[in-house]
Amino acid sequence: MRRGITATALVATLALAATACGGDSGETGDKKASGKLSGTVTWWDTSTVGSEDKVFKKLAEGFEKKHPGVDVKYVNVPFGEAQNKFKNAAQSGSGAPDVIRSEVAWTPEFADLGYLAPLDGTAALKDGKDFLAQAAASTKYQGKTYAVPQVIDSMGLFYNEKIFKDAGVEVPKTIAELKTVSKKIKDKTGKTGLYLRGDDAYWFLSFLYGEGGDLVDAKSKSVTVDQEPGVKALKVVKDLVDSGAAKTDATDGWENMQSAFKDGKVAMMINGPWAVADTFAGKEFKDKANLGITTVPAGSKSQGAPQGGHNLAVYAGSKNLDASYAFSEYMTSAESQALVAKELSLLPTRTSVYSQPGVSDNQIVGFFKPVVDKAVERPWIPETGSLFAPLVTEYTKVLTGQTAPEKGAKATGDQYRKLLKGWK
Amino acid sequence: MAVHTSQSVAKAAGDDVARGPSRGAGTTPGPFRRALSTHWYAWTMVAPVVAVIGVIIGYPLFRGIYLSMTDANERNVERSIGVNHMPATYEFVGLDNYADALTGDQFLGTLGWTLVWTVSCVSVTFLLGLGLANILNRRIAGRSVYRLMLILPWAIPGFVSVFAWRFLYNEDRGFLNRILAGGGIDAVPWLNDPTMAKISVIAVNVWLGVPFMMVALLGGLQSIDSAQYEAAEMDGANAWQRFRHITLPGLRPVSATVILLSTIWTFNMFPVIFLLTRGGPGEATQILVTQAFKFSFEISPRDFAQSSTWGVLILVLLMLFAAVYRRVLRKQGDVW
Repeated sequence: MRRGITATALVATLALAATACGGDSGETGDKKASGKLSGTVTWWDTSTVGSEDKVFKKLAEGFEKKHPGVDVKYVNVPFGEAQNKFKNAAQSGSGAPDVIRSEVAWTPEFADLGYLAPLDGTAALKDGKDFLAQAAASTKYQGKTYAVPQVIDSMGLFYNEKIFKDAGVEVPKTIAELKTVSKKIKDKTGKTGLYLRGDDAYWFLSFLYGEGGDLVDAKSKSVTVDQEPGVKALKVVKDLVDSGAAKTDATDGWENMQSAFKDGKVAMMINGPWAVADTFAGKEFKDKANLGITTVPAGSKSQGAPQGGHNLAVYAGSKNLDASYAFSEYMTSAESQALVAKELSLLPTRTSVYSQPGVSDNQIVGFFKPVVDKAVERPWIPETGSLFAPLVTEYTKVLTGQTAPEKGAKATGDQYRKLLKGWK
Repeated sequence: MAVHTSQSVAKAAGDDVARGPSRGAGTTPGPFRRALSTHWYAWTMVAPVVAVIGVIIGYPLFRGIYLSMTDANERNVERSIGVNHMPATYEFVGLDNYADALTGDQFLGTLGWTLVWTVSCVSVTFLLGLGLANILNRRIAGRSVYRLMLILPWAIPGFVSVFAWRFLYNEDRGFLNRILAGGGIDAVPWLNDPTMAKISVIAVNVWLGVPFMMVALLGGLQSIDSAQYEAAEMDGANAWQRFRHITLPGLRPVSATVILLSTIWTFNMFPVIFLLTRGGPGEATQILVTQAFKFSFEISPRDFAQSSTWGVLILVLLMLFAAVYRRVLRKQGDVW
C-alpha cells in the first residue's frame, strides 16, 4: 500500500513538472486567410536612441494604418549589441525578431549561417531596379537576395565652424594639414583637434584607405592589412594620438565622441550621416550652420571612406513571413525613404528619391551623395563582418602603446588568415 | 517514467557501495541488495534531485567536454531556422584544442594576468577585511552604523555598482577626474591605459569583495573566546602578540574557507572585467572567463570548441587549486 502511494505521488509530481515546462508554445503569427495580412511583426531597429529612433518608430507604426490586421512591435537594440543578440536569438530559435535592420557587413554573414529568408519573388522587393547598385550589392549572397537596402552611408569629417573661426584655421584636406590645424586650435583655444574612436576599428578604415591599403583583397584572395600601407596607417593614428592632435578612448567611444563634439570640447570628428541627427541635438549645434562637413582627410597615397549602410532582412524562422515581407517593402519604399531623408538626413538607397523635394535640397544628403558614390566598397563575403574583432584588439593595443604598429598589423593579418581559409 | 526512476535508484545505490569499500562490500551482491531493501525509500526520494542535478549540471558539463574535443563553431553546428535546416558537420579532433591552447601564448598570457588579478584581489581584500573586522570588533561609538555602511557594496547588485564605477572612471566626464581637475591634477586615463586599467579593475573588485571578507572575519573574531585574551594580557602579551598568537590562529578555520571561496570567485569574476573594460584596452585586462566568453559570443564565427576548451581548463585549474589547498591545510592540522 505504501509503495503504491509513493509511486502515485512521484508520477503526479513528475507530470506536474512536465506540464509546467511545456507552457510556452503560444505564437502570434497567423496565416492570412484571404490575402489580408495579420499577426505581429517584430522589428529590431538599431538606430541612434534619442534622435533617429523616434522617426523610425513612428514610420514603422505607420504600417499598421495600411494593414490594420498587423501589429508592429518596434524594438530598439543598441547597434553595438544587435549582431550578437540576433545571432543568439536566431540560433536558439526563440526571441528572434521577424525583421532586423542588418548592417551591410552582417547581411552576408547572417545569410551564410542560414538565418535569413531569401526574398527573390516575394513582396519585399519592389522596383528592384530603382536601388543604387552599390546598395544592392551587399544584399546578394550566392545568387540570392537576402535583404532590402534601407539606407546607404559613408564617412566625412565633421567640424565645429565656430572653433575653426576662433582659431583662424582652414578646413584640413590631408592628415598632415589636420595635424597643423589641431595644433593651432590647441594653442589658440585650448581645445583638442580631433576625436578619434579607439574602440571601433571602422573609424580606422579611412586612414587605411588613405595610405592606399585595405583589409583584404577578395579578388586575389589575399590578406592585405599587414602590408606596408596597413603598418603606415597604424603609425599615422598612433602619431595623431601621441602628438595630441587627437584624443581617444578604449571604452565608451561613441558616447564620449558625441558628447565631446556636441559640447564643443573637440573641433573635429570623423563620422557618418547616422550621427547628424544626434549632433544637432547638442548645445554647440543649436544653430545648425555651425556644423561643417567635409571629406575625410587624405593620407599620403589617396583619400577614401568606407561605404556602409543598413538593410532590412527577414528572419527565416519568422512565424509571419508574409507580413514581414510587406513590412520590409514598406520601410524601404520611396515614400518612407524620402521621409527618413528629410527628417534625419540619412541617404536613400533608391535613385528616384534623390530628386524628390525635401531630399534634393537637403544639404547633408547633397554632401554625402558624391562621397558615397566614391566610397570604398568592401567585399560582401560572410567574413566581412568578422574582420573587425581581430582588428579592433590590435588597433586599441597600438593606440595605447601595448604593441608596435608592425606587430599589430602582423597579428591582425595572422588572424585573418585563420578566418579566411586558403587565403594568401 | 517508472523505468527512469528505477535506474536512478540502482545507480545511486551503486554509488553507495563504491563509497564504502571498508565495509568489505563490492564483490558479493548481498550488501547492495540489503542497502536497496533497507534504504529504497530514501533513494526514491533522492532520485528526482539526482535526475534534476544530472540534467542541469551533468549535461552541460559533459556537453562542454565533448565540444572541446571537436572543431564546432557557429557555421558547422546543427541549426534549424524556419525552412532552412543545416545538419551538424563538425568533427571530432581529440585533444588538438588542448594542445593548441597549452602551447600557444594566448592562453598562458591570459592565465598569467588572471593569476596576478586573483592573487592581488584576494590578498588586498583579505587584509582590508581583516583590518576592518578588527576595528569593528572593538566597542567604538556608532559601530553598527559603520558595519551597516561597510556592507552596502554587498547589498547593491554587482552589475549596478560596476556600472557606477564605469561612470566614475570615465576619462572626460567621470567624477574621479573632475575631483582631480579641481585639485589641478591632469586627468588619469583610468580605463584607457593598460596599467591603470589593471589597477582600476582590481580596485573595483576589492571594493566589491571587502564586505564579504569583513562579515565573515567578524564572525570568526566573535567566536574567539575572550578568556584567551584576558589570560594573555595577564601574562604580559602586547597587542601584536595577542593578534599574532590568538586572533590569527583563532581565525584559521574561517579564513581558510573565505580565502578558498574568494579565490574561486575572483578567478571567475566575469562581471567586473566584462562590464568595466570588456577585457580592454586591447586585451590588457582579459581574464580566462571573459576570453572564453569572447570566443563563444563576441567573435564571428563563434568558436564553441575553443571556448569549451578554455572552460574545461579553468575547471581543471580550480579543482587542482582546491585539492592542493585542502591538502596543505590538512597537513597543518585543520580538518574541514
